[in-house]
Amino acid sequence: MSDFLTPFLMQSAVQAITPILLAALAGALCGAVGVFNMAMEGQMLIGAFAAICGSYASHSAGVGVGVAIAASVAFSLILAYGATVFRGDAVVICIGMNLLASGLTAYLLRALFNVSGTFSDPAIAGLSRIRIPLMPSIPILGWGLARQTAITWGAWALVIVVALVLFKTPVGLRMRGVGERPDAAETLGVDVNRYRIVTVLVSGALCGLAGAQLSLGAVNVFAEDMTAGRGWIAVVAVMLGRGHPLYCAAACALFGFADAVGLRLQGLGLPNQLTDIAPYVVTLAALAISHRARNSNALGKADRDV
Amino acid sequence: MAPAPELEAIGVVKRYGALLANDHIDLTVESGEILAVMGENGAGKSTLMSLLYGLQRPDEGRILLRGAEVRFSSALDAIAAGMGMVHQAFKLFDSLTVWENVVFGAEPRRGPFIDRRAARAQVESLTEAHGLRVDPDAIVGALSVGVRQRIEILKALYRRARVLILDEPTAVLTPQERDGLFAVMRRLAGEGRTILFVTHKLHEAMAIADRVTVLRDARVVARMRTSQTTQSEIVRAMTGRNVDLQISRGVAAAGAPLLEVEGLTVAGAGAKPLVEGASFQVRAGEIVGLAGVAGNGQTELVEALTGLRVPDKGAVRVAGATLTARDVAAHRHAGLAYIPEDRVAVGAALGADATDNLAMGFHRAAPLSHRGLLNVAAMVKRARELIAKFNVKIASERALAGSLSGGNLQKMVVARELSHEAPVLIAEQPTRGVDIGAIEFIHGQLIAERDIGRAVLLVSAELTEILGLSDRILVMYEGRIVADMARSQASEEKLGLLMAGRTAAS
Repeated sequence: MSDFLTPFLMQSAVQAITPILLAALAGALCGAVGVFNMAMEGQMLIGAFAAICGSYASHSAGVGVGVAIAASVAFSLILAYGATVFRGDAVVICIGMNLLASGLTAYLLRALFNVSGTFSDPAIAGLSRIRIPLMPSIPILGWGLARQTAITWGAWALVIVVALVLFKTPVGLRMRGVGERPDAAETLGVDVNRYRIVTVLVSGALCGLAGAQLSLGAVNVFAEDMTAGRGWIAVVAVMLGRGHPLYCAAACALFGFADAVGLRLQGLGLPNQLTDIAPYVVTLAALAISHRARNSNALGKADRDV
Repeated sequence: MAPAPELEAIGVVKRYGALLANDHIDLTVESGEILAVMGENGAGKSTLMSLLYGLQRPDEGRILLRGAEVRFSSALDAIAAGMGMVHQAFKLFDSLTVWENVVFGAEPRRGPFIDRRAARAQVESLTEAHGLRVDPDAIVGALSVGVRQRIEILKALYRRARVLILDEPTAVLTPQERDGLFAVMRRLAGEGRTILFVTHKLHEAMAIADRVTVLRDARVVARMRTSQTTQSEIVRAMTGRNVDLQISRGVAAAGAPLLEVEGLTVAGAGAKPLVEGASFQVRAGEIVGLAGVAGNGQTELVEALTGLRVPDKGAVRVAGATLTARDVAAHRHAGLAYIPEDRVAVGAALGADATDNLAMGFHRAAPLSHRGLLNVAAMVKRARELIAKFNVKIASERALAGSLSGGNLQKMVVARELSHEAPVLIAEQPTRGVDIGAIEFIHGQLIAERDIGRAVLLVSAELTEILGLSDRILVMYEGRIVADMARSQASEEKLGLLMAGRTAAS
């Protein structure tokens, strides 16, 4: 086991969790206000691309992160207004956004940098990692947290912040009310559309951060469709965690770990086609298990309603 | 000079296109007064309340609150001015606690957080001050309808409402819950709050209100003091004619059992069955009333009786023929007519015209069907006859069912089912949401059916209806028939207790 759980494995696991975790928080917030956001894949991809652009132009990772957030928030306006003011179907809008993000980034990659597939340049400044002395000497958890970006630390802090906002503040109470019964919230003076729009834009900011971590956090490269299903895994994490930030974070940790284990198995000589499926197998298994649990739950509820 | 009335409407007019919904309405309520606003469906009660509460704006006229004119642009303005409204359909968050529901939108804070302790304390002190017993930490979704209504009242009181509008608040309550509500209303009025009580139930208006304002055809047609009027006078004002409130009926001459139910069980999704071992009979020439609070298995029982649902255990016999687990057509063929609870979704096809609606269920046999083709002329003739006989107010037999008012749509459903001339009739909430005229008509039809020797099973949540029409009364609670008694042994109180799951003190 000690061979298996190496410092490298733990570090890559924690690193793999970050984008999924941020996207899952975004999804949980949208879920709370009753907008089914499954555009995180696209929101993140826009963020990842914008981060590279910002960093390339300014030679500053911080600017890259800022541009990523701004771009992803702007992109999220489609869902924010589409699902509220224009009364569109969130699922359809999200599918459109994901396709748009994929096509748009591939096109801009060619148009701006004249490359296709991947873009990397020495001018791109990556996110620096925070080194904490003595941390690497703590086994497992310490290995994982020893050298991580500020976004990773921020993501875990945001889990606490989101949980506090949702469950302890007036804004959170109203958000949950808006999600559950918008008509009732409206009669109590809560502007349902405003809450939903702002929440979706915040989800854009979170996904922008996730994208920046993806492109600037490790290798300073943008690749077409580099989100590779992480946004979808986040959707699943939200479902598994029933929209509760802490449970969602636990689900993300599971996926991130599966991802890293896949990487590790590859290092042990298993074919990468096989090891790459590890996170998806875990996703499917988790979905199936939670679906069973939810089914019996829903039945219990129906019974009580009658 | 006397102080200004708490709330006053002067010459209020509201039009929807060509339809005049409120025609120069004047209404006055003093503080500490309970005013019943009565009228038939479509008389303009709901419109008037939505104008007073700021949900809509009047086209003409003024609304004065404590002597000062108010112009509400939304319900929020009305709430800020000290108005509160309890809607018929509650607007509560089921997954949240009672205190969260009450303070929602106006939460006490400590720093950036909700001051949970202060919120709970405020809700608790409100519940104590007004006799509205409820646990602040309970999850609303798990509470009964009567308790939810108290939460709605608490919400209004938390926002310092001085004027409360209660829109048909008793429609969903058991008699005991209703009495509890009345006690609360009296207490609130005693504290100087003003209550507008929208209702169409006469005995309730007489029991609780100080005054009654009656609307008919968008106008105020009468203002009366309950102490100086009678129920029949109010009905005359509501309908514009004399209505015989006493349901007159002879003694039942019950004959052979036509509907026999034995050990009928419908399993639920959970461990507890929805209907559990129901056994009873309905004999020729009797009306059996099935009482119970909505959601205690009546719907599922009726579905099992009519073939809409396959029971898991037990037997159903109609006029001697065993029908257990057979389809709807077999049930109808054996002699079962059914007036469903939901006339809009089940009883009629709103997108089809009256001719088609009246032909449904009769379309397979002569005279409506001939060699596999529909005989349209016969269908139209049948529709005309039924429309005339049952006095359905409709533009023509080709008008869409969806164009009918609730009462007329129900009359159409009743016409179709009675034309079946089946030995057994199951009438499920036959008068829900229809006006007094239609209620009177439908009640008369049910009694006429009984008198010609048919077996009638009447399922109703209205105890007055059950008590007024039935010869025998069954009570359903949590899927079981918990009582089977002759009408003479039943009282409102006794049934109310049984419906609430308590055994009657004999």
